[in-house]
Amino acid sequence: MFDFFFNLNPVIQGLIKGLAVILVIFPLAGACSLAERKVSAWMQGRPGPNRAIVPWFAYVPFLGRFLQRLGVFHLMADGAKFLFKEEPVPGHVNKLYFVLAPALAMMPAFTTVTVVPFGAYFDGAGHAIPLVLANVDVGLLAVFAVSSLGVYSLILAGWASNSKYPFLGSVRASAQLISYELSMTLSVVPVFLWINAPGTPGTMSLAKVVEFQSLPGFWGGTWFIFLMPLSAAIFLISLFAETNRQPFDMPESESDLVGGFHTEYGAFKWSLFFVAEYSHMLVGSGVFTLLFLGGWNPLPWLPLADFVAWLHSLGGAAFVVHPLFVGVLSIALFLGKVLVVIFFFMWVRWTVPRFRYDQVMKLGWQKLLPLAIANLIFYALAIAWVQTR
Amino acid sequence: MIAPAKPELVTVNIDGKEIAVPKGMNVIEAARQVGVDVPHYCYHPKLTIVGNCRMCLIEMGLPAVDPATKAPVMDPATGKQKINWIPRPQIGCATNASAGLHIRTQTPQVKDCREGVMEFLLINHPLDCPICDQAGECKLQEQSTGYGRGYSRFIEQKNVKPKRTLLGPRVMLDDERCILCSRCIRFSKEIAKDDVLGFIDRGSYSTLTCYPGKKLENNYSLNTVDICPVGALTSTDFRFKMRVWFLKQTNSIDPESSVGANTVAWSREGVIYRLTPRRNDEVNDTWMADSGRVLYKAVTAADRLTAVKVNGADSALDIAVHAAGELFKSAAGAVAIVGSGRSTVEEQFLTKKLATALSASTHLVSRVGQGDKILVSADRNPNVRGALVTGLIPALPTAQLAALGTAIDAGQVKTVVSVGEDLFAAGLNATQLAKVAVIYLGTHANATSGTAKVVLPTLTVFEKSGTFVNQQFRLQKFLKVVPGVSGATDDLVVLSKLVAATGGAAPSDLNPLWKALSAEVPALGTVTFANLPETGLLLDATPWAALSFVEGETLHFKPAAQAAVVTA
Amino acid sequence: MAIIPLERKPLSLAERTYLPAILSGLKTTFARLLRPIETMEYPEQRPAIPPGYRGVPTLVKDPNGREKCVSCQLCEFVCPPKAIRITPGEIPADAPTAQVEKAPQAFEIDMLRCIYCGLCQEVCPEEAIFLQNQYSMSGYTRAEMVNHKDRLYELGGTLPDPHLKWDKKKAAAEHGNTH
Ligand code: SF4
Ligand code: SF4
Ligand code: SF4
Ligand code: FES
Repeated sequence: MFDFFFNLNPVIQGLIKGLAVILVIFPLAGACSLAERKVSAWMQGRPGPNRAIVPWFAYVPFLGRFLQRLGVFHLMADGAKFLFKEEPVPGHVNKLYFVLAPALAMMPAFTTVTVVPFGAYFDGAGHAIPLVLANVDVGLLAVFAVSSLGVYSLILAGWASNSKYPFLGSVRASAQLISYELSMTLSVVPVFLWINAPGTPGTMSLAKVVEFQSLPGFWGGTWFIFLMPLSAAIFLISLFAETNRQPFDMPESESDLVGGFHTEYGAFKWSLFFVAEYSHMLVGSGVFTLLFLGGWNPLPWLPLADFVAWLHSLGGAAFVVHPLFVGVLSIALFLGKVLVVIFFFMWVRWTVPRFRYDQVMKLGWQKLLPLAIANLIFYALAIAWVQTR
Repeated sequence: MIAPAKPELVTVNIDGKEIAVPKGMNVIEAARQVGVDVPHYCYHPKLTIVGNCRMCLIEMGLPAVDPATKAPVMDPATGKQKINWIPRPQIGCATNASAGLHIRTQTPQVKDCREGVMEFLLINHPLDCPICDQAGECKLQEQSTGYGRGYSRFIEQKNVKPKRTLLGPRVMLDDERCILCSRCIRFSKEIAKDDVLGFIDRGSYSTLTCYPGKKLENNYSLNTVDICPVGALTSTDFRFKMRVWFLKQTNSIDPESSVGANTVAWSREGVIYRLTPRRNDEVNDTWMADSGRVLYKAVTAADRLTAVKVNGADSALDIAVHAAGELFKSAAGAVAIVGSGRSTVEEQFLTKKLATALSASTHLVSRVGQGDKILVSADRNPNVRGALVTGLIPALPTAQLAALGTAIDAGQVKTVVSVGEDLFAAGLNATQLAKVAVIYLGTHANATSGTAKVVLPTLTVFEKSGTFVNQQFRLQKFLKVVPGVSGATDDLVVLSKLVAATGGAAPSDLNPLWKALSAEVPALGTVTFANLPETGLLLDATPWAALSFVEGETLHFKPAAQAAVVTA
Repeated sequence: MAIIPLERKPLSLAERTYLPAILSGLKTTFARLLRPIETMEYPEQRPAIPPGYRGVPTLVKDPNGREKCVSCQLCEFVCPPKAIRITPGEIPADAPTAQVEKAPQAFEIDMLRCIYCGLCQEVCPEEAIFLQNQYSMSGYTRAEMVNHKDRLYELGGTLPDPHLKWDKKKAAAEHGNTH
């Protein structure tokens, strides 16, 4: 089956992969939005969306009712609505860029997904082969490079809308993204300093980072969140800012900018921004998981390989070591962690109120950036000390 | 009672305030002059005094004099003449001002009296304000707020009396509410001269009733409703139609005859609900005739003209005015104008302008009926004298347009403008009218409006402002009560457009119009619409002293000596 | 009143990072997440209406089925947004309740105007208009949102009457304390 796939024309391979990304990200983003609504509702003592139902589905005992209460059909209804409702294009906008902006928003969102490994299996030799659409060596650099392009769509949307609020929103967005990109990048440098020991071939691959967290021994099996908690914290905070999540939702700021950069957007174009935001969040959470939460390793100091071996010894069935099973298991573990991180995103959103714009800037430039630099110097010295010993 | 030409003034002291009033003046009126209100029910300034309600009790005192020497007795404490206060309260309505009279209206004793009277009055009162038409303008309610107890100590059964007695075609009596003030009885006897009402039975069983076999059906019966201080007498026309507190009051004039009784029109949201008299001591005192009270119904009558018509087809005002202009042109020098004694002074002025512009002959139709010697005069046009003053007509009008008929027969008239007059009723026949083109301005449909070439709907008295000159040559103004019905245009606008169609120009707004009026009409001098007093302005009648008007004697009006006998 | 200037305590380092505050906030929201839902699911569950609730104004009848309103128009007068419109009418002299004399011919309350202030109920001398439990009014047109007399009586129903003053009045007349 794999052979068949790998023997295909690379273009067709790429197409299939691209389609797969869209097919996965769109529902996932939708599910996230539903989760968002549910989580916020529960935190506020509300049931959340629980009304919509497909007519005949109501007759399915238990399940129908359960899915209805869960609000799953709201998701479908929303999707259908976005597709079919009228697309308003205000008269005063710059049409070309106005339409281009949401499309542009999708590109970095989808592109970054390709370089994020989401699982692994073991070949005959016991080497972990990461599951990733494009296993490029620049890994994280690619993610950073591409995802920062996302701000262009925001700027474009704000500018093309030709009205005050979107413009303010997009100006804020660009300032905010630039400010936090610095701290974010600096915060992960210690990780790569650690895995790129002198003498080894240098890499920025995310899979390598996971590999390093699956090494045997106490230091080897430690997730980087324990090893470098400050890095993790800075990265996480910057991630909030980069994905425009509360408390850093400057570009949208419903309360003072109506809707920020997407004020003039509606229907499907608006939903593209929406999906882009959630896929940014998904990718961000994925990267965080890979960098600091041990990727697809089930527990600290319990790498995937050991876990599979333990399962094998427990149950004995041969299929547990089959690459397919291991792959699926690793994906599940990885996705589980990502979802936990995403839940954390939502949890914070419905807890912390929004920052003021000057506070955002102050935090970025006066607090996080010096901290990230200090952190880098500290780890550089510490790693140099450890590795030259 | 005819007041002496130069009333002797006496100084009275009311609640410590000194005021000079004509000798013999009623204490209630004297107190009113110093801003002191003496509550009363039976007293009415235009009726005789009976003093049977006892609400107006006051304390009264006179300067003390030594019975033997007639020298003033001085009070050593104040250094002023001592006042001998009468220990028992007196009724104010039957006390007349005399030199040095002292009145106290705010003492505890007076207050006690008032509260006592109120409590007795309310013992048998049904307290049905929610269904009573008088609520909101009821004296009993008014005095209850000041002197009522707020609850009743009366634990026995209340009297039950008939509640829906028709005293006459227009007056309904609720006996339970009657406080036996006898105002209605005195009015019928003294003013309407139709003594049909009276009390029967005694004590709390006293009941107002009509003389057996008679009815309160004279043309002034509704005045009893106005003067009844409570809701005992109600008007069958206004009964249960609208609460008075919703109604807006606008000053108007009764257009039914040349008396020009002052009235108040009560309207809500463009609908008139009733007409009541407005006090004008020179014209109608506080009365008006029943026949004038229903005139508001003309505003919404089914035969109102609401569409401009040209040759019988619906049209627009400007097109119709243009058509009229064409008719004027084609009949140059052969136009006749039939003005109206029902038009206002302003309209007659514009009619006159139109006549001058067209060098047309002018005519007026007189309407003569039987004068009732009270408030309906023989001349049923409210404003014939206005036509004289503005110069629309030089002499008194006749009932039949004989001269115009002759002119038509002789072919000297091709176009007739009728301002609201039915030419058929005025004596022209169909053959005559077939020879001429009629331009009709009017409010209601009639035979003339049916055959007219051009029909221009105009407004009734209640939909416009203007002035009438009554039989005394008193210029009186009335104001717009409700907006005009849709489709009809203000007469002044129509007339000024017609004048414009002849190539002239005339203002259609009251203020500029009055500038022109006072400039061009000598009798009106410096009058403007705004500065015309509410009670009217007496004009100099000497230029018309030689005319023999048809009016006979009415309230506040005596015809000049050479006046002709009232025609039937 | 004296103004007392208060010195703000300077924030400690931990407080300045905001982290303890955020953490305790997170704790609160997480605890909420696990608590039962408090929202009432409206059309299926209905709130218990407390006594004295001011819902849609309605007209009521007395226990004998007599319409209590006598069209005194006080409510029309007092109504701040002018939601009430009454056309008064007369009760014919041969009707069983002829002693009341007056009753509304038409009675309209425009629920798009009504602000549920309760002044009409307060002012009514006949205790004929009550703001009762009905709290939800909806319609597709403006005209539908105007409650006419029949609908008002249908909504209002019958309320106990401690006075029955008109009945007493009739009884007194029949008893004969007339002259
Ligand atoms: S009916 Fe009215 S005016 Fe006549 S006596 Fe009674 S209260 Fe007075
Ligand atoms: S509740 Fe208030 S607003 Fe509504 S009808 Fe009554 S008085 Fe008017
Ligand atoms: S206040 Fe009462 S009696 Fe009067 S009109 Fe309103 S509801 Fe009817
Ligand atoms: S007013 Fe004087 S007794 Fe009635």
